[in-house]
Amino acid sequence: MRLIVPLQSVVQGRGGLIFGSLIPCALFYFLQLYLKRHRSHNPQSSPPSPTLSSPKLAELTRTSSRSNLFSRGSNGQVRISSRAISIAKPNDSPYYIGLEKASEDPFDRFGNPDGVIQLGLSENRLCFDLIEKWILENLKDSMMGSDDGDLNINGIATYQPFDGTLELKLAMAGFMSHIMGGAVSFEPSQMVLTAGATPAIETLCFCLADQGNAFLVPTPYYPGFDRDVKFRTGVELIPVHCRSTDNFTLSITALDQAFNQTRKHGTKIRGILLSNPANPVGNLLSREMLHAILDFAREKNIHIISDEIFAGSIYGDEEFVSMAEVLDSEGFDKDRVHIVYGLSKDLSLPGFRVGVIYSFNENVLAAARKLTRFSSVSAPTQRILVSMLSDTRFIEEYIKTTKRRVRNMYDLFVAGLKKLNIRCADSSAGLYCWADMSKLISSYSEKGELELWDKLLNVGKINVTPGSACHCIEPGWFRCCFTTIVEEDIPVVMERIQKAVKSTTILSNSS
Amino acid sequence: MAIEIEQPSVGLSRVAVSKTHGEDSPYFAGWKAYDENPYDGESNRSGVIQMGLAENQVSFDLLEKYLEEHPEASCWGPGFKENALFQDYHGLKSFRQAMANFMEKIRGGSVKFDPNRIVLTAGATAANELLTFVLANPGDALLVPTPYYPGFDRDLMWRTGVKIVPIHCESSNNFQVTAGALESAYEHAESMNLNVRGVLITNPSNPLGLTIQRCTLELILDFAVRKNVHLVSDEIYSGSTFSPSEFISIAEILRDRGYIKAETERVHIVYSLSKDLGLPGFRVGTVYSYNDSVVTAARRMSSFTLISSQTQHLLACMLSNEEFTGNYIKTNRERLTKRHETIVEGLRIAGIECLKGNAGLFCWMNLSPLLAEPTRGGELALWKTILTEVRLNISPGSSCHCSEPGWFRVCFANMSEQTLGVALERIHKFMGQRKNH
Repeated sequence: MRLIVPLQSVVQGRGGLIFGSLIPCALFYFLQLYLKRHRSHNPQSSPPSPTLSSPKLAELTRTSSRSNLFSRGSNGQVRISSRAISIAKPNDSPYYIGLEKASEDPFDRFGNPDGVIQLGLSENRLCFDLIEKWILENLKDSMMGSDDGDLNINGIATYQPFDGTLELKLAMAGFMSHIMGGAVSFEPSQMVLTAGATPAIETLCFCLADQGNAFLVPTPYYPGFDRDVKFRTGVELIPVHCRSTDNFTLSITALDQAFNQTRKHGTKIRGILLSNPANPVGNLLSREMLHAILDFAREKNIHIISDEIFAGSIYGDEEFVSMAEVLDSEGFDKDRVHIVYGLSKDLSLPGFRVGVIYSFNENVLAAARKLTRFSSVSAPTQRILVSMLSDTRFIEEYIKTTKRRVRNMYDLFVAGLKKLNIRCADSSAGLYCWADMSKLISSYSEKGELELWDKLLNVGKINVTPGSACHCIEPGWFRCCFTTIVEEDIPVVMERIQKAVKSTTILSNSS
Repeated sequence: MAIEIEQPSVGLSRVAVSKTHGEDSPYFAGWKAYDENPYDGESNRSGVIQMGLAENQVSFDLLEKYLEEHPEASCWGPGFKENALFQDYHGLKSFRQAMANFMEKIRGGSVKFDPNRIVLTAGATAANELLTFVLANPGDALLVPTPYYPGFDRDLMWRTGVKIVPIHCESSNNFQVTAGALESAYEHAESMNLNVRGVLITNPSNPLGLTIQRCTLELILDFAVRKNVHLVSDEIYSGSTFSPSEFISIAEILRDRGYIKAETERVHIVYSLSKDLGLPGFRVGTVYSYNDSVVTAARRMSSFTLISSQTQHLLACMLSNEEFTGNYIKTNRERLTKRHETIVEGLRIAGIECLKGNAGLFCWMNLSPLLAEPTRGGELALWKTILTEVRLNISPGSSCHCSEPGWFRVCFANMSEQTLGVALERIHKFMGQRKNH
């Protein structure tokens, strides 16, 4: 301000405009020169010994550009995408925190009896002995051998169809049909194989929705959906809340409400994402409900993704009905239905990365096929699985035994919880139970639930998944997977739950 | 139901209906022609010979021998259960270590790679896409020197929403990147209001079959530092160089300059076993980054593209076997060099000049003297003729975005020696007929 006044008098005096513009420019120039001369150089700016072949001019440029960079300090740090920034942030979801803790300090009855018991990962470890036996008896031929017995890597080394070999699709079709009680048959030509169910879900989202669109999803839902659907696609998930009064069964009214609310806010709903059998509750969608959902989808002209990855993990007496079965028998337009499946749960092979997109929509299949180049099933793995899945005698025995063992664990685990006055939702499938611990939390809120979760993890040393991580609207529910432990561990789990609940450890932010 | 009402069919996304997958281009159309009428030395001698697929089939015997002698690699003993359950996106430690060792070995032990900076993906296709998701926002741009691998249009742009802005290179200096071309590309991107986030180079280059010179690498790195953008170096052919001393990795440049953070934080290397080890079916790719945030984000994102644990175990055993890797790298190099010499000589005799290459599974042929008109149209007409009359599927330069018409990429490692001989005969005959007209 003060500087301007004398300048004004200069400008208004003789010489006028020229001086008025020259002087500030000159002052500015001298200021810059002063600053440049006195800028302190970062010690790292001294260039390394120049390479023999680079011309002098290039060297000069390099030196000055480097010192410019260093004098900018940390402001010069190269940026990554906004997506990457949010993904790289430390994980604050209890789902992931718990998984990490359990893997860092895993319980072992003999080697690490004080370790964390993993009840937060829905994996089936009850029937490995069967798979191992099959491998030992059948292996060498299945991986490398061709029909004439010669070792032949050519068939699996070279580029394969990205959406899976026809042999594996045939074998998967047969397996899926078997798993679902033979009630429906699957067409290999409508199948696209992916490296796990995770990319299957993501690929479908890329095909069915644009950035900014949304899918309706009943709660509580599998925490991984937040990653699978939202991470890279920019598609949103709109929760449709289910309640314990209906045993967390989806209602069309709630679907309709959520649909209308979302539309009012200007977001386009492209489909419904279902898990059937449900995760984390473990209940099944009845035939009537499937019809009702199909009617709803048709009325709104939206898609349905039915994640049926637990279809082979039925332990109850209720019948599992696949979306595919309903479509087969009725005259519903099939273009809007897409089924996801995988071998991670029913065949206990999550490491092998085998997932399925099954669709009745040729356009979706065409697009999905092209997208599988980003997530294909590894060829040697495909080979082994073709053999394993085609061995119908083995598969039958496996399915029967799994069902028996899972049912046994379920009965014992739920009974154990019942003795602690913890009741579970009615379920007939999955590798977990949905336990109501709302009476054990200090305040009937998400905060109270997380406090209990924390005590269970850090005092009780058991990792269970809190309902809030699954977007459950009622606090106090926990998903407990019981197929990652053995019978003998169940009493230990129950003791530890009691220990955690009784613990009066004051947490830093408890009310 | 009383009346059948015509319901609008349920819509698909823009990604699903977009043509960015590029599968309608001649690059892929030629493959279709091959699929419909594939050459077979015994049963279909007049079929189309596939020379458009950069696959390495010259060293299968070495792989088979290893597997036969090492049944333990197939992982079926103790540890099977852990392996089958293993779906940690960090990947098997033994496999990451083996990959780091292999990458070091290929570079003659001149640089070290830290296994904890290796992120595993199901193939380099996924690695390039994943890096793009991590480094750039939708609507941003990556600068890529032309000619480039046609698949980049799909891998870098399709789902990511990122744009490729070409850095035009010319035959006058063997298609090497120049400072001027870099600046032009950057300015061009700016004029279109695109935020440039990085430069992506392929070294050794596809389709040129040539390693990038040291001074050019330094030029590009300096440019990246100056503009504060990333530098992705796709080194998928690093083990397929004919003379090991001629390949210089960007890792070596960083090492020579003392691993300065301002330089390293922006450099990321893509690698895969699809070319060097001839195992594209296994789906094994990696992102190696010197930037911790990129490693973390990329690793988490790799959940969508994990490598089968069984495959990881198998390859961990194979690549940890020093005797095997040493012998493989050396023998593979020798065989590729020999093939390259065969095809270059065969083409020369037929009157066709190639860019003097020193790496890769292909040659960059100059057929511009044969063009009816020196345009893209002329090039495509020639391509069609070669496909239908000579029955060879080769890749036209326009599908690689080459700014000069008449260049073609021809692959030589995805077939037997006999088949290569047949292809050269056909070319010779074709050129002879052309001369007579």
